[in-house]
Amino acid sequence: MSHPAFRILLPALAGALVLALWYGIHFYLTAEMRFLLPTPGAILDAFVEHRGALARATWNTAQGALLGFGLAIVVSFALAILLSLSSLVRTSLYPYLMALQMTPLPVLAPICVIWVGAGLNSVALLTFVIAFFPLVVNTTQGLISTDRNLVELFALYRASRWQQLFLLRVPSALPYFFTGLRIAATIAPIGAVVADMNAGSSAGGGGGLGFQAVIYSAQAKYPALFATAATTCLLGFVLNAAVLTLAWLTLRHWHDAYERRDR
Amino acid sequence: MSAAPLVEFRNVTKRFGDGPLVLDRIAFAAQPGDFISLIGPSGCGKSTALRLLAGLSPVTGGELIVAGRTPDAAAADLAFVFQEPTLLPWLNVAHNIEVPQRLRGVPAETRAATTRRVLDLVRLGEKAAAFPRQLSGGQKMRVSIARALALAPKLLLLDEPFGALDEMTREHLNEELLAIREQAAWTAFFVTHSVAEAVFLSNRILVLAAQPGRIHREIAVPLPYPRTEETRLSREYLELVATVSRVLRSVEAAPGPDVSPPAA
Repeated sequence: MSHPAFRILLPALAGALVLALWYGIHFYLTAEMRFLLPTPGAILDAFVEHRGALARATWNTAQGALLGFGLAIVVSFALAILLSLSSLVRTSLYPYLMALQMTPLPVLAPICVIWVGAGLNSVALLTFVIAFFPLVVNTTQGLISTDRNLVELFALYRASRWQQLFLLRVPSALPYFFTGLRIAATIAPIGAVVADMNAGSSAGGGGGLGFQAVIYSAQAKYPALFATAATTCLLGFVLNAAVLTLAWLTLRHWHDAYERRDR
Repeated sequence: MSAAPLVEFRNVTKRFGDGPLVLDRIAFAAQPGDFISLIGPSGCGKSTALRLLAGLSPVTGGELIVAGRTPDAAAADLAFVFQEPTLLPWLNVAHNIEVPQRLRGVPAETRAATTRRVLDLVRLGEKAAAFPRQLSGGQKMRVSIARALALAPKLLLLDEPFGALDEMTREHLNEELLAIREQAAWTAFFVTHSVAEAVFLSNRILVLAAQPGRIHREIAVPLPYPRTEETRLSREYLELVATVSRVLRSVEAAPGPDVSPPAA
């Protein structure tokens, strides 16, 4: 089962089965109900027909997602370092971080709009809110889980606090950081789309995929709606692939999880 | 007249918090060039003694002198080889060896030259760019030793460095360690559970008793250096192994004295 061909064949076979099932359900439905599940062919046609609007919306959503994602990386890294300094800091701040994470985006959206206005800024800010929690939790865990023997080695050679942090704790936390980054990369585009629906702006062609979904829904353009969903999915895959590649490039020499790809 | 001792334990005691006494009135001196093995049952404080020497933990009572100073002040004169190789997995072999030098502010050019030299010393020159996970257990430990030697220490502390290796690799590394020592005569404290290893490497063996840890007996090893594979076959070596084994068995069989915490 470990033959490389299986890695291509199995997903291809699963995909073929899903397509067959899809067409089966579509044609099982009565003609007037078939709008509920457009065929893949109809969705592809919608892609072509609306390619201009979808490309523009994808670019807008990607900007919001990347800005929020980037901000989440920077802020969560700094916050993780702060949290790793003492268990007192962690105990004091964790409940508030969790509270922020547990507040639904549609509730936070109007607040963001009041603060930074509708559009890209709000979308980026809301994406940041949803993406930074897994990053900060995982990175903090990594920073406080450094191998005790290595900490002792650094103590033996009288490493300063900064040397210990940047030469030991940070590199040692990278596998945890990348785990958080992969989760964040998965939810950042989702957050951006939800944020776009609740705090986006179409002014000057600034609407994103969320906005586009609302429009297609209102116009009953269901194949286009499915095409929008697929585009959102594709955006998530691209971001995930970028993060995975970065993780592989960084960890391939030393981390077991990336060993197989290295050989 | 003998040289000034490099290490002096002056009635050193050690206790962790309110726990039982770990080391009780340890008193002895190590001369420059000594290779001293610490051997004894589990819990006799062998590793604790090394940690005190390394300045990783303070003494509770008595005085510990390393090169005329406290262990903390003498940190630049010593290096430590841990039970595990303790290599940073994200750095290649050469960069791993450079870490302690880097922490001590050694310039990059000097670091690189020293690293090349110690890698050749442990016969791993061709592995400079390899990552730890690409090495065998024995190779990792040789990198760990090279890392310690790169600091040109006066005092080398080795805490059961070959304990996890197979017998054959362990014997090879014992011979390599002595061969390296021919070129730079550091003083060594070596913790081990292997009597044969202790006899092969040392000129002095301290047999410790447990609960609390104390020196039960010191045994001199008068075998001449350099020691080789032939040494292991000599009658003197085998007799010494038998003697040390008997002493160790007698220590393990004997109950420890009743030592109550000292009155305030």
